[in-house]
Amino acid sequence: MALTGLDIFKQLPKTNCKDCGSPTCLAFAMAMANGKASLDMCPHATEAAKETLGAATAPPVRTVKVGVGEQEIVMGDETVLFRHDKTFYHPTALAIQISDTLSGAELDAKIAKVNALVMDRVGQQIAIDMVAITNCSGNAATFKAAVEAVAAKANFALMLVADAAGLEAAVPAVAAKKPLLHAATAENWEKVVELAKANNCPVVVKGNGLDDTAALVEKVAAQYKELVIDFGNQSQAKTLAEMVNARRLAIKKKFRPFGYPMLACTQATCAREEIVEAATYVAKYASIICMKADEQALLLPLMAWRMNIYTDPQKPMAVDAKVYEIGDVTPDSPVYICTNFALTYFAVEGEVVGSKIPGYIVAVDTDGASVLTAWAAGKFVAEPIAEFVEKMGIMSKVNHKSIVIPGYVAIISGKLKEKSGLDVIVGPQEAAGIPAFAKANYPHLMK
Amino acid sequence: MATNMLKEKYIGKINTVTIGATKEQGGTRTSTVTVGGDATMPFLQFEGDMPLKPVVAMEIQDVKPDWHPLLNEVFADVMDCPVKWAQKCVECGADLIYLKLAGADPDGANKSPEDCAKIVKEVLAAVGVPLIVVGCGNDEKDNAVLPVVAESAAGENLLIGLAEQDNYKSVAAAAMVHKHKVLAQSPLDINICKQLNILITELGLAADNIIIDPSTAALGYGIEYTYSILERGRLGALGGDKMLSQPVICQVGYEAWRAKEAVAAEADFPNWGVQADRAILWEAMTAAGLLQGGAHIMVLRHPEAVRLFKKNAEALMAAPEI
Repeated sequence: MALTGLDIFKQLPKTNCKDCGSPTCLAFAMAMANGKASLDMCPHATEAAKETLGAATAPPVRTVKVGVGEQEIVMGDETVLFRHDKTFYHPTALAIQISDTLSGAELDAKIAKVNALVMDRVGQQIAIDMVAITNCSGNAATFKAAVEAVAAKANFALMLVADAAGLEAAVPAVAAKKPLLHAATAENWEKVVELAKANNCPVVVKGNGLDDTAALVEKVAAQYKELVIDFGNQSQAKTLAEMVNARRLAIKKKFRPFGYPMLACTQATCAREEIVEAATYVAKYASIICMKADEQALLLPLMAWRMNIYTDPQKPMAVDAKVYEIGDVTPDSPVYICTNFALTYFAVEGEVVGSKIPGYIVAVDTDGASVLTAWAAGKFVAEPIAEFVEKMGIMSKVNHKSIVIPGYVAIISGKLKEKSGLDVIVGPQEAAGIPAFAKANYPHLMK
Repeated sequence: MATNMLKEKYIGKINTVTIGATKEQGGTRTSTVTVGGDATMPFLQFEGDMPLKPVVAMEIQDVKPDWHPLLNEVFADVMDCPVKWAQKCVECGADLIYLKLAGADPDGANKSPEDCAKIVKEVLAAVGVPLIVVGCGNDEKDNAVLPVVAESAAGENLLIGLAEQDNYKSVAAAAMVHKHKVLAQSPLDINICKQLNILITELGLAADNIIIDPSTAALGYGIEYTYSILERGRLGALGGDKMLSQPVICQVGYEAWRAKEAVAAEADFPNWGVQADRAILWEAMTAAGLLQGGAHIMVLRHPEAVRLFKKNAEALMAAPEI
């Protein structure tokens, strides 16, 4: 179990010297308990304290990195079982398989296709993370050639999937890229781990179920700790149960053999089914999902799910506070005022699109609070709204002088009119009322 | 090496709720649907029972809706006839029919309560699966329509809604008198969710006649809020909270088919790929994600999303040896 702030405080020097950057020793202890500080920031900690606290505050899931530079992926370092308890930190890496039976033009085309799995969504760039070159040919020389060809061109970190002979042939040439080796098994682990160690690469330990894998990890970890766990994935339900158990044991019991990132491979053979299956692994603790689907339209929903699950629940989701143009706006288009809370904004945006009447949406900066929350906090009242509308210069883009405010804050309309000098129209309370509102008020703008 | 699996011990479980009634039970359904009964977090059958599989309700409306062309493609020949539409949904694998009485809308077709009840009866006569019936969304009108529907379908054990925090009495009373189940919707807020269940039970309707709708946010548009509320509600129920122990319904179709990523043309967003694939997966993925949160009934629209969801649920229900 993680230590509480008070447990940690008892071990600290209690000098309140601020050398650690916290105002008091107790504040530092609380920061450590929340994972926001580490003991090495305190220059006065005793050796005894370092020993007891070091072991007890060691992260339950080890941080393991694959790839180098911009391709680097950080895995592990998770601390909770439910995102609402704190947050999930390192989004699941998606690895797309490439078979070494491809060669020449086929292989080039496949690499180009995988490299294109980068998309823009809600202002962010999202992409796959890894390319898993798989030794389907069974031939070590073929595998080596394919690995080198992919390494030369692929924009993502590498995973090499082969038996010991294949890995021995291919790893040295691409070791500088720090690929993930898959996999050390009960039969070959000594050779594969030796290879991983010599080339400074992380390695997947692949067992068969919980007990078998724990035993294997324990043997391997005595020699090398840059590990990722694979339970041998036989079915979706089994992999789910194994990953849940392993993560629980790591976090709640400090069970070291499961204190590593986990990898899951999809079982489904139909690409759409594969994507839906992967939803389970994103939600339930996989650090890497290895899959075959390689179409943008298939991966976009999975990437959105990953983005959502790994959103920090403690930070309100906000969109940029600015003016958004919805559709082909003209100087006649209506101007809707809302807050920059993402859900509020997207609700309004969706309905403005649905109204088929182009419009401007002014997302007022409310630190990501919803309409009524921001109103209650004084952030969505006449003065700040008037100032924001003025600052954005939106009214110079239109040839009218009216703005539409949410029906729930009708009470501010008089004062807003006074402050802004604009006609303030009270819109519907719910965004869902916007299409009817727009049709009634701007029939001439219908497209 | 034995790892001693970490099995949680829960004191509570999700209520078991049956929708629909066969001839012997006073209705006319040829099949009923029972959900809930879970004594564990979703699909973790190594530590508790999960006796019943998640089910799909396919959505139909009494007036032809303005849906996405991909959906129109599938349903074009039946969309102006709720009876045929319902039959087609059953062919596509729907366990229940979700009938939205959109035609009652005073700003739309403004159908009378009696007309709405007639449509419900026609759909009941056309299919044998249980029915979920919701109003048009106008509180005043729904309060006039739903009691009439509840009375005319007495004995059918419908799931009827929506009951909301500031408008639950007439639908809950109608359900109580005519023995239906109530669909209680709260706006992505677990406290209001619980409060609403308390208010409804205080009217005299037993807690196991309620299905929770926590409000669904689509993939990419706040689904993580719904997901975490589902997890928290489920943990509450397993911890013994009777006012969070109701099975959960998620209205996925409506939300998923509004998402920009589902409906935007490929020409406008070339790096999002083939539109049909992402639209169908947007719906299936929203459902699959919320299934991990602990939902019991998914309201879906596209037959392929239904197929994908059912396949996924089936794979998850297989209790593995671990």
